[in-house]
Amino acid sequence: MKNSGKIITKDLNLFIGKQHILKNVNIVVPDNKITVILGPSGCGKTTLLKSMNRLTDLYPEMVLSGQILIDDKDILKAGAEVPEIRRKMGLLSQRPYPLPMSIYKNIAYGLKINGVSNHKELDDKVEYYLRLANLWDEVKDRLREPASTLSIGQQQRLCLARGLAVDPEIILADEPTSALDPLSSNAIEKQFVKLKSSYTIVVVTHILRQARRIADHIIFMYLGEVIEQGSANKFFNYPEMDKTREYLKGAFN
Amino acid sequence: MMLQNREIRRLRDRLNVSWMIVILAIVLFLPLLLGLGLFVQSGLLLKELSIWNVLFTSQWMPMSGKFGLLSFILSSLMVTVLSLLIACPVCLLTAIHLTQYAKRYVLNIMHPVIDILAGIPSVIYGVWGILAVVPLVSKYIAPLFGVQTSGYTLLAGAIVLAIMIIPFILNILIEVFRSIPTELTEASLALGATRWQTIKFVILRKGFPGIISALGLGISRAFGETIAVLMVVGNVAKIPTGIFQPGYPLPALIANNYGEMMSIPMYQSALMFSALVLFVIVMLFNLASRIAITKFETK
Amino acid sequence: MKYFRYKEEKIFRVLMLVSTLFIVLALAIIIFSILYKGLPMLSWEMISQTPKGGFYLGKEGGILNAIIGSFYLSVCSTLLALFVSLPLALFMNIYLKRYKFVLNTVRFFLDLLWGVPSIVYGAFGFIIMIHFGLRASLLAGIITVTLFIIPIMVRAMDEVFKTVPVGLYEASLSLGSTRSETAYRVFLRQCYPGIITAVLLAFGRGIGDAASVLFTTGFTDHIPVSLMQPTATLPLAIFFQLGAPIAEVQERAYAAAAILTFFILIISILARLSSGKFQRNKINF
Repeated sequence: MKNSGKIITKDLNLFIGKQHILKNVNIVVPDNKITVILGPSGCGKTTLLKSMNRLTDLYPEMVLSGQILIDDKDILKAGAEVPEIRRKMGLLSQRPYPLPMSIYKNIAYGLKINGVSNHKELDDKVEYYLRLANLWDEVKDRLREPASTLSIGQQQRLCLARGLAVDPEIILADEPTSALDPLSSNAIEKQFVKLKSSYTIVVVTHILRQARRIADHIIFMYLGEVIEQGSANKFFNYPEMDKTREYLKGAFN
Repeated sequence: MMLQNREIRRLRDRLNVSWMIVILAIVLFLPLLLGLGLFVQSGLLLKELSIWNVLFTSQWMPMSGKFGLLSFILSSLMVTVLSLLIACPVCLLTAIHLTQYAKRYVLNIMHPVIDILAGIPSVIYGVWGILAVVPLVSKYIAPLFGVQTSGYTLLAGAIVLAIMIIPFILNILIEVFRSIPTELTEASLALGATRWQTIKFVILRKGFPGIISALGLGISRAFGETIAVLMVVGNVAKIPTGIFQPGYPLPALIANNYGEMMSIPMYQSALMFSALVLFVIVMLFNLASRIAITKFETK
Repeated sequence: MKYFRYKEEKIFRVLMLVSTLFIVLALAIIIFSILYKGLPMLSWEMISQTPKGGFYLGKEGGILNAIIGSFYLSVCSTLLALFVSLPLALFMNIYLKRYKFVLNTVRFFLDLLWGVPSIVYGAFGFIIMIHFGLRASLLAGIITVTLFIIPIMVRAMDEVFKTVPVGLYEASLSLGSTRSETAYRVFLRQCYPGIITAVLLAFGRGIGDAASVLFTTGFTDHIPVSLMQPTATLPLAIFFQLGAPIAEVQERAYAAAAILTFFILIISILARLSSGKFQRNKINF
């Protein structure tokens, strides 16, 4: 029987030296929904997100234990398959990091390393994903220009398109709107809602209102612990824990 | 199809990594290899003569088997110290000027100037030394002290050397002064200190370990400098007793005698030993300064 | 007392200004005296002919042998060094980034190597040459100069790669790139201008150094036609010919000095420009 959840963590613990960053995290991220990991700054949300595609590997001081199951496979045991695991998960970081190449190549890069070499196919796919990220109309005449010429909001959508182009199943977003103006933020949020039928989306944020706008499922963290998780409706209207109630009242921010 | 592509990419990654590791290993072994190679080559000399004999006597007569390096080592030391005496104040003053007072446009001029000065080959410095410094010493500086000389002296070598190491020391000093947090200077200024007092009591004190390592690195650079010094320093193999006398530094000895050494195994071995001595001295200064600078940075 | 405080600062500010001017002046005088002496010697004959009249004491001819020799030597060594330095610098900043201690140790070693005097590399090159039964030749010179410029090139590249933000590294990995793909496709592109500067820096060192090739390239009036033949280089041409007792031969040295200085200036300018140009795709963070 399949565990009902795309991503499941079991007793996940993470230490940096003696600091206990993630404490016995057990979460279930459901398929085809927007799951919001919510909590005040410094509660370990970003670290949790990065451990999901093993970017924590870059920091040897981080010691992980426990299990992270994606489609019931423990990715902490993956060995050489790590690039493949990462491909399955698109990442959108706090501020956009376009690759140092043209707009076109930013999208084509992921396609090329995954074996697409036909020019026609590349062109088509680049257009398709730029449309999917709602960027095509703004950049179609300047595809050969460097990505650095785009505005920050456009760059973030480019990064979304780039992430989608490698055909992921999951989108991980780490406060994706924190560097953006309200209009661009809105565009990104709308995009998530549009995409959720085909992807599993995990968004980290500390903005309560953003969570209200987009979340289907909430995981609330505080000081490295998961305090409460469940459907957004239940979380916002009938919270179970005292901490949650305090947080919703605005006690921590 | 997709899977195959993945296999190829993984293989390529492996190959790249292997190549990188091979290179890394070679580069890390290189200092050891350098020292070892020179050591093995000096074996012949050290079998005949004791290391103390070679290092602390000053008779250099290859034809009769006497290989005393003392006068060369002392010459090297004197040229190095002298050049540092000239370069050090200039570097300190300029570095303070550039980091504390200078306007944008001054920096815009000075950066390329320092870069070019650092990039000029040593042989060009040598030519300049012959054209300008040697006459300067013989016609103007030496007569001031009532000395008659051709100009090919320790002082000429030191002047040329000083100009050569200025960009090198200056760059490090600028780094050192830049790395001192501005909060510190601001705090001092806020207490009512003048700009100059702040420099004296905060910048110079805080940067002291950095200044010392910069000088150490300068010494090691100056000590190994060959061609430029060789061209102006006179090359007479006896212990110099004043700055208006010719000297014969260690690197110059090695460079000058190439060609002659080939026929006599002992001679070749002696020159390789000189290179080893040079290598060891430079390494020691380098090591000490680098360690000091790492300590300074982590503090 | 208060008066003295300001007076002292004034005196030192004047001294600082003087020493800064001294440095600028030193550079100006060096370049001026080299060009003043060297430019009049330059002629078409000088740069288009090899020395004539036997060994390097002949009075006729020019310094084409040294120009070509220097060109061969420094281009080949720079390419060889690039082949080693680029992977190494990338390896340090991608694979070793996790291991701070190892990374710092490697940097330390490279700094040490960078500090080894070129005459020691020359002696070492000589040992290698003898060990493998080579004669003083272009090849031996190339090997020596390559060893000599590798640490310079690696450290210069390393400083450039250091500035790549972790976010870009993460972004590239998140697309499923392997680490070597991240290295050669993302890091390299981001740092393109800096890499060119590093290569030019090493090239400048290679073309200008005399002490390292003194033992290994030999010296000849002819242009080498194979790797196994000895060759002249510009620095060696200056060094040897300046010491000659014949005025015409010395003139060749001054001409060579002017040309070498000219090359070095061009390289410096190119290096400056390259940090402005080629920036097209670079992302500024």
